[in-house]
Amino acid sequence: MIDTAFVSWKAFQPILPEMFLVCIGLFLIGLDVFAPKRRELLPWLTVVGSLAAMIMVAGEKGITGFGGMIQADSYAAFFKVICLLGVILASLMSEHSRRTEGLKQGEYYALMVFSAVGMLLMVSAGDLMVLYLGLELMALSVYCLVGLPRNDARSAEAAMKYLLMGGFASALLLYGMSLVYGLTGTTDIAAIATMAAKGDLLRNAALLGGLGLMIAAFCFKVAIAPFHFWTPDVYEGAPTAITAFMSVGPKAAGFAVFGRVLFTGFPQFQADWGTLLATLALLTMAIGNITALSQTSIKRMLAYSAVAHAGYSLLGVLSGTAEGLSATMSYLLIYGFMNMGAFAILVLLAGPGNRRESLEDYKGLAKTNPLAALLMLVFMFSLTGIPPTAGFIGKFYLLKAALAAGYTKTVIGLIIFSSISAYFYLRVVRYMYMSDPKEEITVEYSPGISWVLGIALLGVVGIGLLPSSVIGHAASALLGQ
Amino acid sequence: MSVPLLSALIFFPIIGGFSLLIVKREDVQAIKIMALIISLLEFLLSIPLFYMFDKTTFHMQFTEHYSWIPAFNINYSLGVDGISVLFILLSALVTILSILVSWESIKDKVAEFFISILVLEGVMIGVFCAVDLFLFYIFWEAMLIPMFLIIGIWGGPNRVYATVKFFLYTLVGSLLMLVGIISLYMHGGHTFDILELAKHSYPMGFQLLLFVAFFAAFAVKVPMWPVHTWLPDAHTEAPAAGSVILAAILIKMGAYGFLRFSMPILPQATQAMMIPMIILSLIAIVYGAIICLAQTDLKRLIAYSSVSHMGFVTLGLYSLNTQSVEGGILQMINHGVVTGALFLSIGMVYERTHTRVIKDYGGLATTMPVFGSFFLLFTLAAVGLPATNGFIGEFLILLGSFIRSPWIAFFAATGLILGAWYMLWLYQRIFFNPVNDKVVGLAELNMREIVTLVPMVILIFWIGLYPNAMLSFMHVSVAHLLEQVHGGAEVARQVATVLH
Repeated sequence: MIDTAFVSWKAFQPILPEMFLVCIGLFLIGLDVFAPKRRELLPWLTVVGSLAAMIMVAGEKGITGFGGMIQADSYAAFFKVICLLGVILASLMSEHSRRTEGLKQGEYYALMVFSAVGMLLMVSAGDLMVLYLGLELMALSVYCLVGLPRNDARSAEAAMKYLLMGGFASALLLYGMSLVYGLTGTTDIAAIATMAAKGDLLRNAALLGGLGLMIAAFCFKVAIAPFHFWTPDVYEGAPTAITAFMSVGPKAAGFAVFGRVLFTGFPQFQADWGTLLATLALLTMAIGNITALSQTSIKRMLAYSAVAHAGYSLLGVLSGTAEGLSATMSYLLIYGFMNMGAFAILVLLAGPGNRRESLEDYKGLAKTNPLAALLMLVFMFSLTGIPPTAGFIGKFYLLKAALAAGYTKTVIGLIIFSSISAYFYLRVVRYMYMSDPKEEITVEYSPGISWVLGIALLGVVGIGLLPSSVIGHAASALLGQ
Repeated sequence: MSVPLLSALIFFPIIGGFSLLIVKREDVQAIKIMALIISLLEFLLSIPLFYMFDKTTFHMQFTEHYSWIPAFNINYSLGVDGISVLFILLSALVTILSILVSWESIKDKVAEFFISILVLEGVMIGVFCAVDLFLFYIFWEAMLIPMFLIIGIWGGPNRVYATVKFFLYTLVGSLLMLVGIISLYMHGGHTFDILELAKHSYPMGFQLLLFVAFFAAFAVKVPMWPVHTWLPDAHTEAPAAGSVILAAILIKMGAYGFLRFSMPILPQATQAMMIPMIILSLIAIVYGAIICLAQTDLKRLIAYSSVSHMGFVTLGLYSLNTQSVEGGILQMINHGVVTGALFLSIGMVYERTHTRVIKDYGGLATTMPVFGSFFLLFTLAAVGLPATNGFIGEFLILLGSFIRSPWIAFFAATGLILGAWYMLWLYQRIFFNPVNDKVVGLAELNMREIVTLVPMVILIFWIGLYPNAMLSFMHVSVAHLLEQVHGGAEVARQVATVLH
């Protein structure tokens, strides 16, 4: 409870990591302005700051603050770790890519940190208003990040598209929220459920409409079809490190609110949103995987693959069980490792003036750069979901949860579409190992990219062989505890 | 048994394989020698299995059990019984031979090749050892990665098509099985332990669904008609070592899957599906054999003969009596030995001529007489001549299926006749006939190649003359398996007839 006369420091405890990150962000801007010669420190400071924040959030358990507006529970903590992991890996990647992409602006890292603050707020939002606040903070920062390479027409176009579509989604969200608020009289997520039951609103069309609008907005954020159209263009246009970041951080945050709003706010409607999301999941998996088949740019292929993986991750949420939610959480973490790894290879191969984003550029990579090819092979097999990589563990957990909840048809869909996905992931492997090289690519393993690749590999193989660690944490990370 | 022998057998080649990365990439000779030494040590390591195996019990032996993912009750549990033990030995042996046969033919990415072979060996042994369904699935799928690379990187001209086809066929089948495995977990008391799962009884409808899910994975691997079409492509395009491992071990895993999972866990469905499975097997036998007659490509012919021979294996397994099942298992080993040997031989001659077209050969017996003798022996074993191993296996299967119905044995025997036709005709076209220009002046087998083939010759006669050496491993386990399938009564009767 907040005492208006005297606000003790204790009241801020739930948002301590967020406040800490804001300070880091401001410090980064300050450093950029006042000590421009020390700019090469920026990525490392971002990493250290996020790491410190990660340690702070990791222990969070069942903390509520500001009258329930902030729910720093173990569920949020798990997602916060994923988001911060995204920030850390993306800054390490940027440390490498600034050499080739020439991104000199210091705001870059500050924006990344601010978007992390937004994500952290989002995942621990116990109230629709906080949720919206966090979501907008995250989204605005990411719009800027996408458009940061000002002289690149592709980035500018992507940022513009993202901004317009994102604004549209925010409008949907607000409209949905206002309907829900109008009917239940509360913006507190947990109270919505009680009010809906009390007010006999379980079959109320307007409330269902409000819920539908909110779901549509969340679907937009995590790239679920048919709200995914921005994904390929934005992912392709953004600087690669930011693409990697978007596919992990904001996506995880989006799924976090998805889970919290549906599970805490609308548990009585599970049959409705379960069926709706099952259909959307099937559609997403189909569109993502089938469209990815025909891509010639690897970045675009990974963008569609991100759409497909959003469809897989949805399987856990839609099952409406605690187990399902845990499955989605572990999947997002695992996906973070393998996707970051794949994007890191893209960043590694990009040279000045030649982005090497075409699949053709990967021909014969095993001959010219055996190590990079081997790493990419591991990440591709993991994205396909072949054991003993982490990708398989993630998929297995999702399948298990969805089958237990009775969504057999959706599971069969996942099976079919992930078999299709094998074709395009393996095409990368085929090009690398089974074709002759076109050009001699020389790569330089900078400290940043080496760290990313190392962490990603460790995640993919480590979780694959010893899944207990992650699964145990995900299973014990519960809403409100 | 305190030494974790099975774990050692699984992980020694995998770790050994990756240790090849330490050797300088240019030092090809050192890489090869090291790979050979690792595979020899692995074989030595597997010998205790043969001598210390207790043939009087059907219980799992050399067991290891550690908790792996407690949240899902998944355990790292290993064990072997009379059905699986021989395949581990065979895998260890075949790996040595495939390393030997690749000695000269692999020139590109040598280290990667031998790493793939050794990792594949470890994973294959894992498949035969796993007693936990989840663990089994991990090994089963992980196998795809090295095999995908072996065919795709070091294969023939059309290798990419072949390897992608192989991968996708197997993946779709396996994923359906995964759904089956998870449903089994949920209905069978939340465990993945095969022995525990077999103790439960499941409703018939559920059993049939599961049977189909498992069938999808195993039938593709065997491969049974009509999902066999990846095999000719994969066999034809794979490098010699790949074909040998594929023929000798990999496709046995499908049949092994039926034995280890479908039969004990789904006994009623197994009985209900007996007739359809027998019919599919008969189609495979006859169809595979007829297709063989039309082949112009040496490796493709042997690949289709595998379809026919594996038809015999599944016929044996699904005739569901002691003779036929033991014959089926023995025939799995026999086919591994004989077809493995044939692919080794073809690899050797291909290295010299670089053609697989049968027409390009002729009169090879005059230029390579020693090779001709070896090949004749393998041909006769494939045809099932008495005193070779092929005869014993086929005889037992025919005997067992005759007990089911004489008609089954009749159609199966047609396959044998066709088999003799296409194999002997193949031998005639390659080794006799007028000498083809392309085979003039070919070098005779060298010492390394002879050493590669001799173990297969020994096995052919060993099993052919004293089949009990292998059969004695299986008796108790097979009896137990059939007891699970039939629920006791019929088996007792059959054992009595065999004993008297």
